[in-house]
Formats: sequence, C-alpha cells, structure tokens
Amino acid sequence: MSLQVSELRVYYRTLKGDVRALDGMTFELRDGEILGLVGESGCGKSTLGKSLIRMDGRMRRVGGTVTLDGHELPIDDDRRMNDYRFREVSLIPQYAMSALNPTRKIRRMVTELLRSRGTALDTAELERRMDQVGLPREVLDRYPIELSGGMKQRMVMVISTLLDPSLLIADEVTSALDVSTQKAVARALLGFRDSGYVKSMIFVTHDLALTHHIADTIMVMYAGKLAEKAPADVIVKAPRHPYTRLLLESLPEVGVRYTERRLEGIAGSPPSLLDPPAGCRFRDRCPIAGEECAQEPPVAELAPDHHVACWKA
Amino acid sequence: MTTIQEAAPREPAGVRREALYFAVRNGKLMAGFGIVLVLLLLGLFGPLLFAGVPNDYGTRPMSPPSGEHWFGTTTFGQDVFLQFVHGLRSTFVVGVIGGGIAAVIGMFVGFVAGYRGGIVDEVLNMLTNVILVIPTLAVLLIINAYLGIRSVAVQGLFIGLTQWPWAARAIRAQTFSLRTREFVDLARMSGSGTGKIIAKEIAPNMSSYLFMTFILLFGGSVLIASSLDFIGLGPTEGVSLGLMLQNANQWSALQLGMWWWFVPPGAAITAIVGALYVANVGLDEVFNPKLRET
Amino acid sequence: MLRLDDVTKEFRIGAFGGKSVAAVRGVSFEVVPGEVVSLIGESGSGKSTIGRMILGLNPVTSGSITFDGLPVRAGKEYYRRVQGIFQDPFSSFNPVFKADRVFTMIKEAYYPSVPGPEWAAKVEESLRDVRLNPGQVLGKYPHQLSGGQLQRLLIARALLLDIKLLVADEITSMLDASTRIDVLNLLAELKVRGLSVLYITHDLSLGTYLAERTVVLRRGSVAEMGPTERVFGDPLHPYTRELLSAVPRLHETWDDAVPVETCLYHLKGGTGGLAEADPGHFVACAQLETC
Repeated sequence: MSLQVSELRVYYRTLKGDVRALDGMTFELRDGEILGLVGESGCGKSTLGKSLIRMDGRMRRVGGTVTLDGHELPIDDDRRMNDYRFREVSLIPQYAMSALNPTRKIRRMVTELLRSRGTALDTAELERRMDQVGLPREVLDRYPIELSGGMKQRMVMVISTLLDPSLLIADEVTSALDVSTQKAVARALLGFRDSGYVKSMIFVTHDLALTHHIADTIMVMYAGKLAEKAPADVIVKAPRHPYTRLLLESLPEVGVRYTERRLEGIAGSPPSLLDPPAGCRFRDRCPIAGEECAQEPPVAELAPDHHVACWKA
Repeated sequence: MTTIQEAAPREPAGVRREALYFAVRNGKLMAGFGIVLVLLLLGLFGPLLFAGVPNDYGTRPMSPPSGEHWFGTTTFGQDVFLQFVHGLRSTFVVGVIGGGIAAVIGMFVGFVAGYRGGIVDEVLNMLTNVILVIPTLAVLLIINAYLGIRSVAVQGLFIGLTQWPWAARAIRAQTFSLRTREFVDLARMSGSGTGKIIAKEIAPNMSSYLFMTFILLFGGSVLIASSLDFIGLGPTEGVSLGLMLQNANQWSALQLGMWWWFVPPGAAITAIVGALYVANVGLDEVFNPKLRET
Repeated sequence: MLRLDDVTKEFRIGAFGGKSVAAVRGVSFEVVPGEVVSLIGESGSGKSTIGRMILGLNPVTSGSITFDGLPVRAGKEYYRRVQGIFQDPFSSFNPVFKADRVFTMIKEAYYPSVPGPEWAAKVEESLRDVRLNPGQVLGKYPHQLSGGQLQRLLIARALLLDIKLLVADEITSMLDASTRIDVLNLLAELKVRGLSVLYITHDLSLGTYLAERTVVLRRGSVAEMGPTERVFGDPLHPYTRELLSAVPRLHETWDDAVPVETCLYHLKGGTGGLAEADPGHFVACAQLETC
C-alpha cells in the first residue's frame, strides 16, 4: 500500500461557519496505481489534492489520518510537511504557467530549486526525462514566456517528479490545454508511472472521459464524500451509484447527436457544505431515493475493489 | 403615457432605496460621516456664532484653555478657538474645491482613456504624464507671483488643476481592466452607448474606489494648501488649519508647551481624513453586495 | 441570413500599433435560418474573434459580414435581431447589481412603453422557457446564483428580443458536466422557434451534439466545413482527423497513430481556397504553405 487515507475530514473556516469540504474520506492507493478523482466543482476533489500536500490557511484538519509508505503525513503541520514535499509527495498545479518564475531561465530555475532541497542537478537524468515527454533540450536555456502552454505544463511535470516522489498529485493539469496537447500531457503522465519516476498518482479532473484513458481506478466524489470507487472500466461500463450513472449519461460523445439521442443533465444542484443535510447527500437529486436514504449510506465493498456509498446499489 | 412614467423609474428607485437601507445600518459609514458632519457644521456656523476677528491680537498671550478662551491663545494673544472655526471653514473650502476639481478631471480623463483605448488613450496618457512631471509648487509660485491671487477658492482651483494626474492614471488602470469584462459587451448589446456604459456599468463597480480617490485628493489638497500657506503663497487674509499649524511650528509652540495651539488643527485634519476613510470602508460594504453583512 | 465573405482580422500590437498579427484569415461561411452551426477550434484559432466581429464588438479588417444582406452595424436595431452569450457567466453580470437587471436594460432600451405588469409576465414566460423558476432567480445577486442559472438567464434575456441569431461563445465550458447538457438542449430547442445558433466551442463532442453544420478553424482560417456527420464521419483534413483522434472517448481507447494520409485536397480538385469534396463539404489544402 502506497497511500492510505482514513476518515479524513478537512473543513474550511469561513465567516459563516465551517464548510465541510471533505467529510470522512477513506481510500487506499496501491503502488503503481493511478487514481482518477472526478466530481463536480465544489465536491471536494481539489481539497483532497491540496490536503495531501499543502493545506492553505483556511483549511483545518478535523479528523482522520493520511499514511504514505507506512509513515503518517503531518498534513496540518506546514513546516514538518516540507520534508515530505517534492521528495515523497509532489504536485503538478493546474496553472503551470504561473508555477514557473518568469525572470529565470529554466535551467537556472531547476538548479536553484534542487539546491534548496539539498540536491545537485543531474543534467543527464533531466535531459533523459525531457526526451521522454518530447521536450527539446533547448528548452532549458529559454525563459518560461518562450514556451507554449503544453510545453510549460510538461516542463513542470518533469521538474516536480525529478526527485522520484512516491505520490504525485496532478490537479486539473489538462483543463487549460487544447485537445491535442492534452493527449500528449496525459501520455507523458502515464510514461512517468511506467518508468517508475512516481510510484502512484492521483489525477484530479472534472473530465470523466479523459480520466478513463489514464487511470487504473476512478473515484467519484460528491459533496465532500466518496460516492463510488472502482477500476476505470467498471466505473464506465457498470457503475452502481446513481450519481455516476447519471453523470455518464449526461456526457455527450463525438457522434452523439441531439436529434438522435437527447441527453439529460442531473436536475438540481449539490447541497451547501456549510450545513449539509443529514443522510445521503445526493438524495435530493436522486431519482431512486427512498426512505432509507434519510440515513447516511456507508461505503460498502460490493465487489472486489468496487466501493459504493448507496443504499440502493 | 402614464404607464411609462410609472414603470420607468421603478427599478432605479428600488436600487437607491436598497443602498440607503444598507447605508443607514452601516456603523462605519454613519460614524465616519457623523464626525465629518460635526466638523463641517462647526466650520460653517462657527464663524457666525462666535463673533470676532480670528487674527486680532488679544491682551492675554500664551494662556492655556479657559472659560474665556476655549482653546487658549497664541503667543500674540489670538484666540485659538476663533482661528480654529475659521480655519475649518477654509480647509473644507480648499479640500472640496481642490479635491473636487481634481476628481472630476481625473475621472473624465481616466474613464475616457481607459475605455476608449488606442490613440485617445495614448494622447491623454501623454498629457497626464506631462502634468505629472511638472513641479507643481514651482508653477503655483509663478502663477501666484504673476496673478497675485489671494483667495481660498482660487487656491483650491489651482491645486485642483495640478492634482488630477495620478487619479487619472489610477482610474484609467481600473477602467482598463473592467472594460474587457463581458458585462460591458452585454451592455453594448443592450443598446447602451459609451457614456451610459461608463456611468452605469463601470463607475458603479468602482464607486468606493472613486470616493476613496476623492478623499485622498481632499486630504492632499488640504496638505498642499498648508505648505503653500507656509511659504507665503496662501491667502493673506484669513486663517486655515494648515496656517495655524505652521504658525505654531514657527513660534515654537511645541517647545514652549503650548499644545493647545497645534493640537486642535492637527487633530481636526486627522479627524476629517480619517473619518472619511472609515466612511469609505463602510461605503464599500454598501455598494458591494458580496461584502454586505446580512 | 448571416454571411461571412473573406473576413480577415488583424490586431495591432506594440506601441502606437506598429506591428499587426492576423487572428482571422479569409474566412467565409454562411448560417441559414433555423440552423445550428458549430465553429470549432483550439485556442488561437480565431473562433472567438469571429464571434465578436459578428456581434459588432470588434471591427472587421477586410472582407464583409452581412446579416440579411446588410452589413453589420452595431446598434440597437442590429442587437434586436442578433445577440450573444459568452463563456464566463460570472463576468457577464455586473457584480454590483442584481442579476435581473439584464432584463431591465432590455426593457429600457427596447420596450419602454410596455406596462410593468405585462413586462413582468413576459420575463416570467421567458424564464420558464429556459426552465428557471422565477422565484428562485429574480431579485438575486449574481454571486448568489450558479453558473448554469446565470447562463440560462442570459438565454432568457436574448429571448425577450425578437432575435434571429444567437452567438453562443463557449457558453458551457465553465459549467459542470451534470448541468451543461441542459443548457445545450436549450440551444437546440431555440431551433424550433426558427432561431439560428452559432455555437463556438473547442469541444468536439459538444459541437457535434448540437450542430447540423460544422466549421473547423485552424490558425484563423477554415480547415474543413460541411454537414456535421460528413465532417466528423468522413474527415478529409489531417487536422480534423488529428482533433478527432485526440478527443478522449469513454468507450474507445486512444488510437495510437494519427493516420495522416496523403492530402485529399488535390484529389478532390482543389486549386487554392476551399475545395468542395462532396456537396456542401469543403476542405482546405493542408500544405497550403508548402505545396
């Protein structure tokens, strides 16, 4: 087991009270596994990604633990967490464009970054990894502004995995990219895993179709809780949670035409996490909700590796 | 025809009523405006209620506050309270005229340059920069020497005419970022012209910023006026808070322990500018629906 | 109805507009009444610039855009018939005013003589047309509403006018998957009313879902256009093929090699500009710069 998250609760402090962005998440990640994390905006997927590497000032761990390779991560201790960042846990942020210092050439920036971590730059290794993601070596002697969005994104990927972290968190890394670049970036991520640069990866996205091409396992979140977690193919072909099903049915695919097959969205909107209702949080939008849904459904393992939090599944 | 008159003004009145509703319930706004109002009334009616010429020499110099001289007297026996109420009045006049003129020019130049962009922007920007680098004090000195103007109002006018450039630059930058927002396009597609878009879409978004600009220009005008007073370019007849401060400084009031001479004008200037600032924070909450504490 | 003829747009950059870059180059296409056309392109393809030029928000550098035979003239009369909706719902509403002010502005400009109660009924009717509950959205500030609700409000706003064409520029790209399809369905329903929609998007699957005809843009010019099922069923331009193969699909795996075959342009008798491969299906030369 590479990563074990158990009963993790992270709340945001606001003037109006606590926003329960993560309300009791429990899941595991095996060595070599890529976990796709999908959900609508505000479902807590980004909060989960952040919690594993860097909490911002408004976030507060209310309960639960995160264990990586047998060590418990001090996720709410910013300073102690520093020893783990980059070496054990690393992050590719959504906007790679702003992650690069505009006044430094790439080579100098990488050198400085590694020095701050007490490591010297292994140029040969760096270049080999750049070759792997299809970046020409001249990139090292350019300024960030001279690179395209996709190149910057790939450069940040190479940099953030240079120290072979155990866990890599990719937060919406493809959402700002064009489809053709998106494919190259997604492929590069797979390559990193296959070459053993990272042991496991959490790929946070709102794009279910894209996740399906990268992830081994997909975890669907809804309103701060786990809705369904299963191998990627199972999620796409045989989902058990009504939310996952409706979500899949609302996705237009190339070739699906309005005139031939009218798709429907999910009526309603997610509940406020400021004071979430008791019971199943999807109840109000769920077409098959019944009496028992007033009680909170536990996460049950319906089949090996297939976890669902629904009474009706 | 009656229906037009009935229907048309309904919405704006609603908006205004709502703003007023939040305004009177906003402590910061009320406290800020309250202080300014008290000082303003003192400046307006003080000189009428308390007879006497503020610069007349009295018989009891350097006396601390007493029942006869509420704020004490100066080295020359002038009544500090009398000077204070007259000074408040001219300070408000300079601040309002100087700050007002600068704010109007600054807003006009800033809005037009920021919204129109292109060559209009470049020309206005050049003009702004030219005025900005002219040494204001030197120009005022020359103008004063040639025209020999000695009234508070004209002093305010000149301050206003030279103070606007930085306000214009700040407003231009704000307008520039707002005009690319899509609600501006939407307003154009609702048939609004340039003037209407600036007045009804862009300006309301920066209303507290504009008020802040006015406050800073007001405070700046008061301070420039006092420095002009100090070098002898102020109104020769009359008093201002700045002039009182400079006089107190000149006659070593601090070293002689005559705190009553410089504390009232200093406190008044601070109170006016500070209260306006607090009011502005309150105003921000009234205008910005997201900040309203409900 | 809407016709673009050899439209080119250059933006001046640098101090005093010394340099210029072409964002749109020689684009021609047509939108007929009651038709949904999707304009597909990646970032930098000039798709949004075309939308803004049609809306009269940016002037055309050369070429012409005509609507019902008349050149585009930004103004009240034009916007009565042509309206637009943009990508970011939160920046489409002035944050200091209530969201329903967009309706008031329409009333002030176009229907000043309609009595208040009658207008309110008209607004409610058009809100129902976009499946919004008037009680839930009227009298609220933009930040109190969701992105999907705001975009529907804008569709309702356009419906208050007697519009013939709606330019929808990436209107679903900031919405969640569960709500965006409903907004798309609304656009498709507009067709029933005889409206035309120009749907601008980078997302091929959304484009094909809605449109009868598709225009694929590449670096400011048309790469391929025609009936949607032809363009995506039998793509001729290598760029269209590349795009199609890059789109992640749920039930298929990514094709490994992008099949770039010989250019079909000359085979189809093209000699510069667009060649008509089959009726209504046009393709541009892929190697225009080299061969």
